Amino acid sequence: MTDITSADPMVLTAAPPRREIGIKRRYAAERRFRLYGILAISFGVIFLLLLLWSVVSKGYTAFLQTEITVPVTFTEKVIDPQNTRATNPAVLMAANYPVLARDALAKELGVDPADRAALKEVNSMISASVRVQLRDIVVNDPSVIGKTVPVKVLAEGNVDAAYKGHIDLSVPESDRKISDRQLGWIQQLAAKGELASRFNTGLFVNGASSRPEAAGVGVALIGSFFMMLIVLALALPIGVAASIYLEEFAPKNRLTDLIEVNINNLAAVPSIVYGLLGLAVFINFAGLPRSASLVGGLVLTLMTLPTIIIATRAALKAVPPSIRAAALGLGASKMQTIFHHVLPLAMPGILTGTIIGLAHALGETAPLLLIGMVAFVADFPATPLQPSTALPVQIYMWANEAERAFVERTSGAIIILLLFLLAMNIGAVILRRRFERRW
Amino acid sequence: MNMLTETAVEKVLERKMTNSALKMSGTDVCVFYGEKQALHNVNLNIRENTVTALIGPSGCGKSTFLRTLNRMNDTIDSCRVTGKILLDTDDIYDPNIDVVELRARVGMVFQKPNPFPKSIYENIAYGPRIHGLARTRAEFDEIVESSLQRAGLWNEVKDRLQEPGTGLSGGQQQRLCIARAVAVSPEVILMDEPCSALDPIATAKVEELIHELRANFTIVIVTHSMQQAARVSQRTAMFHMGYLVEENDTDKMFTNPDDQRTQDYIMGRFG
Ligand SMILES: Nc1ncnc2c1ncn2[C@@H]1O[C@H](COP(=O)(O)OP(=O)(O)OP(=O)(O)O)[C@@H](O)[C@H]1O
Ligand SMILES: [Mg+2]
Repeated sequence: MTDITSADPMVLTAAPPRREIGIKRRYAAERRFRLYGILAISFGVIFLLLLLWSVVSKGYTAFLQTEITVPVTFTEKVIDPQNTRATNPAVLMAANYPVLARDALAKELGVDPADRAALKEVNSMISASVRVQLRDIVVNDPSVIGKTVPVKVLAEGNVDAAYKGHIDLSVPESDRKISDRQLGWIQQLAAKGELASRFNTGLFVNGASSRPEAAGVGVALIGSFFMMLIVLALALPIGVAASIYLEEFAPKNRLTDLIEVNINNLAAVPSIVYGLLGLAVFINFAGLPRSASLVGGLVLTLMTLPTIIIATRAALKAVPPSIRAAALGLGASKMQTIFHHVLPLAMPGILTGTIIGLAHALGETAPLLLIGMVAFVADFPATPLQPSTALPVQIYMWANEAERAFVERTSGAIIILLLFLLAMNIGAVILRRRFERRW
Repeated sequence: MNMLTETAVEKVLERKMTNSALKMSGTDVCVFYGEKQALHNVNLNIRENTVTALIGPSGCGKSTFLRTLNRMNDTIDSCRVTGKILLDTDDIYDPNIDVVELRARVGMVFQKPNPFPKSIYENIAYGPRIHGLARTRAEFDEIVESSLQRAGLWNEVKDRLQEPGTGLSGGQQQRLCIARAVAVSPEVILMDEPCSALDPIATAKVEELIHELRANFTIVIVTHSMQQAARVSQRTAMFHMGYLVEENDTDKMFTNPDDQRTQDYIMGRFG
């Protein structure tokens, strides 16, 4: 019971002298630090925007494709002059279909059929893929022979580029890939509405082609899809099982220390080394086929495993020991403790790590080059054992092509790849939220 | 620990005979963490349906001894236990003893409330499920209700059984943990400073609960509060620097201890 009034007044009033502790300087330092942070982030954001802008501005036109609608007359004299198709269907396969399209377009443009030079220019406005397109029409329904049907044919890559305004018209005509006369025809057809742009579904479903207008990432998408499935099916269970063993069961000794160090090192090994390993082990030793997405998937699995193991171990370590103690104290076995309590709590971390690993694998190019996935594959692979390519490899191949139309397709494919990565990361966030809400 | 000498066996039997209501007994218990010895030849009896309080200054080995009683020390890699600990007549460090079954018989409540991040219902039902104590939904409901009743928590949570256990207050969480331990019908419940994270009102509730649980369970409680030891326990054991200094009836211990160190500690002269 001390009475304040009775205490020595000196003790209450005499506050200790304050020393200069540089509060202003402290605040200034804090402000400076924040400024550096903002600068660093702005720097990053600016470069990200630059990257996106350069890719999108170059690539968005890849999603449009110019088409010419021409009334094609399926003349019997051209397709089957001897009228032997009833006995010999091969005749329909070998017929000279491009001529039909050329003549139809020439007629549409009012070009004299005797003017060989003009006909040649007309011909070069239509994609060479027209051969397959018309052949398929005739083979599927031979009754069109003799009739005239309007057909939407792909415009040749240079016409496409010219129509999209990608060709510099100030260049002298002789140095240009497209002549003044052809430009006139493009305008003429566009005015009649017979030449127009539409959404380029071919970009998503076509395989490789030397003609940019007919080339697509379809095969690459299938290949990447197969590889992601393989990586997910192998790397996730193996990685999680390895992490659980190392984290929960393995004795802590020299050997496990060594393993731990090596896993961390493996995560830093350049991916091309995994490609060499895949070439030596899976192709040369195990005899798996080259260019197959199975081999690609196996190589990417090896590459992704360290990432998943590191992420999973971190997630397991982050589970509070009190939860383990609670379960063990109740008489749960070690397995039960791990599978009933620790793993569910570690799940968000494991999934995030896995998806980051998958996204990493999806964008990986170098190891795939070494195992022969850099191939010209026009046919869709039905199984992971058949040749295919992958999205990033397709981008790499197109980037090496000189034609203007491939430049835009390269950027278009990059956009597709980035969209997939974005989708995977959003998936990671959603999954994490889902699991976290279950406490 | 299996190198039990003839004399040690005799000692155990002798004690068992003089005290018919013996639930657990430790004989010459030594615990080592690596090279360091944390407990030296502890001989301690725990009587049935009794609350035994372990007291002593920080670091004296109370928690270490408590954890030997349900072999939670097994989870610490460097930890080694010698001596003999009997639960009824079973040597709990016998290699043939199943640690899972042991921990079902000797439950534990920890210093910090640690409910599972699952629903209140699931927190209670988990133990009975892994030990096969219930099969049907009705049986589980029954166990959950009776356990929560016993822990004095039923009225507070009966309308929110599906909500997360981690959403309760600290005191409620600790009673949930007690209910969880009770749900597997153990014979002994070990409590390591169960009230140290609780406010006085929640502490009072837990102490009241310990009183009631005594009728059905044998309880060993570590506490730093002399008042708490005096309030809840019938027997008290005083540890000091890894040695058991004195074991006595609580009344005697707090009024007229045999050992000078106990007296000093209770009077607050060290610790
Ligand atoms: N996991 C461990 N590894 C190494 N030494 C430990 C470990 N746990 C406890 N010890 C040591 O054993 C001795 C006894 O510790 P214990 O935790 O049993 O003390 P306590 O009496 O419970 O103390 P408190 O009242 O502070 O909880 C201490 O010296 C401590 O440093
Ligand atoms: Mg302790």
